Amino acid sequence: MKVDAQQIAYSNVDPIIEKRKRKPPLWLKGFVLPAVVIAVWQLIAGLGFVSETVLPSPLLIVQSFISLTLSGEIFGHLKISILRALCGFLLGAGIGLTLGLIVGFSKRSEGYIDPTMQILRTIPNLAVTPLFILWFGFDELSKILLIAFASFFPIYVNTFNGIRSVDAKLFDVARVLEFSKGKQLTRLIFPASLSSILLGIRLSLGAAWLSLVVAELMGSSSGVGYMIMDARQFSQTEKVFVGIIIFGIVGKLTDSFVKILEKRLLKWRNSFDGVN
Amino acid sequence: MAVDIQIVEKSFHMETTKNIVLNGIDLRIEEGDFLTIIGPSGCGKSTLLKIMAGLDTEYKGVIDINGRIVEKPAIAQGFIFQEHRLFPWLTVEQNIAADLNLKDPAVRQKVDDMIEIVRLKGYEKAFPSEISGGMSQRVAIARALIRDPEVLLLDEPFGALDAFTRQHLQDVLIDIWQKKKITMVLVTHDIDESIYLGTDIAILRANPGELQKLVHVGLSYPRSRTDPSFQAIRQKVLKEFEKTDTESYKDGEGI
Ligand SMILES: Nc1ncnc2c1ncn2[C@@H]1O[C@H](COP(=O)(O)OP(=O)(O)O)[C@@H](O)[C@H]1O
Ligand SMILES: [Mg+2]
Repeated sequence: MKVDAQQIAYSNVDPIIEKRKRKPPLWLKGFVLPAVVIAVWQLIAGLGFVSETVLPSPLLIVQSFISLTLSGEIFGHLKISILRALCGFLLGAGIGLTLGLIVGFSKRSEGYIDPTMQILRTIPNLAVTPLFILWFGFDELSKILLIAFASFFPIYVNTFNGIRSVDAKLFDVARVLEFSKGKQLTRLIFPASLSSILLGIRLSLGAAWLSLVVAELMGSSSGVGYMIMDARQFSQTEKVFVGIIIFGIVGKLTDSFVKILEKRLLKWRNSFDGVN
Repeated sequence: MAVDIQIVEKSFHMETTKNIVLNGIDLRIEEGDFLTIIGPSGCGKSTLLKIMAGLDTEYKGVIDINGRIVEKPAIAQGFIFQEHRLFPWLTVEQNIAADLNLKDPAVRQKVDDMIEIVRLKGYEKAFPSEISGGMSQRVAIARALIRDPEVLLLDEPFGALDAFTRQHLQDVLIDIWQKKKITMVLVTHDIDESIYLGTDIAILRANPGELQKLVHVGLSYPRSRTDPSFQAIRQKVLKEFEKTDTESYKDGEGI
């Protein structure tokens, strides 16, 4: 009898353990595809099917990465790139957030400002680059302004939309409870539009990073983009790859940072996470 | 000290026609009374309550609460909507405090007392998405009560809840009403609910919304739904409904 009970207990537990064993954790799943690609790549490059200047092997790229790290060259470029992106982002997103708040709040300022914004928004980033170079030359100012221009719109649009989509029913509650204008802002409008604003920040950061690459490839004497252009001239393809990978990693890191911020600030939201 | 309702006419203007929703409603609610308003759907119950709350000011007439004319929404007229309408980003205790500062010891004390009264102990830090509909409605009631309203207006507050939760909340409400001695006005379309809760029942008829009859219940609390005296009141209310039915048929205004 006793043994039976134990067996039942075991067989009850078993499937759960089995399930856990079989299912890899979520973060691990993301590595499967890159791992396969890299393995195939190494195989192709290692067998010498293609020349190293076209497709350097992953091993060669890693070596180049290590030597660039040890010499400190990479950090110098990365620092200046991040600084540029950050300055441009803070400028553009700061103005975007402020203007989005103003236009979101007042119907009158919407009439004056929003139509212009909607026209400017449709202009592709690349189209204004020559103009910025013409006006501000190749130096830092033109790069930062280009990045600012790109990061302005996502946050402007999302802040504006966020404020406008606050539930009118909750405004009735605020009226019934006699909220002051300030409390309406801090307890109702701001929290209600926070998810939109954070989305705007995420998109703006992405746009800033993208236009940083454009700005640095156009012409510069430092930065990760410059490193790539420089390596291209000397056919150091593995160094080009290192530059691309760095752009990817930093972009992903900033995105993850905002995502973490989102999770923290929006923990009240019980949203659907997707089926396993 | 009482609530005086004098609505000459309330109408909504459609593109071509004028839709008279309330017509000549004259009603006085004494301080500490519990008035339930019952009537067919679309007869203007919500509209009447919104007028009393100051949420709707486009009508002919006047609402007077304890000698003060209602002109806009205020915490003196607490309002409970059919849906709880909590702020999803605030926890239970933050929702009750709403615009008040929880760090203020006086507010803290009041919130804690109120959580006790609406029986939500242990859920102070939960978000609205984590609690049931009945609990959310209790939070909404607590949010209104903590502001010490002179009158609490409730628009079908338990309509969306299951029968068990509804009965429980009815008892909670009576408990609060007896403890706090606030004037209550509750709209419902449930006859039993109107008799179980009200000191008086206002029966409205539709098209246009008029006061059909004011019934004084006169039973002591807590009431029993199966008690013969309860059933007698029920018969009385049902008779009034029958009358409105035949009348509207006579007028040719029936469905
Ligand atoms: N905002 C509005 N605009 C036009 N008509 C309305 C509006 N609100 C309510 N009504 C009309 O007024 C009547 C009464 O509505 P309501 O007070 O919500 O009824 P009840 O709460 O008794 O069901 C209905 O015929 C409805 O169509
Ligand atoms: Mg209604």
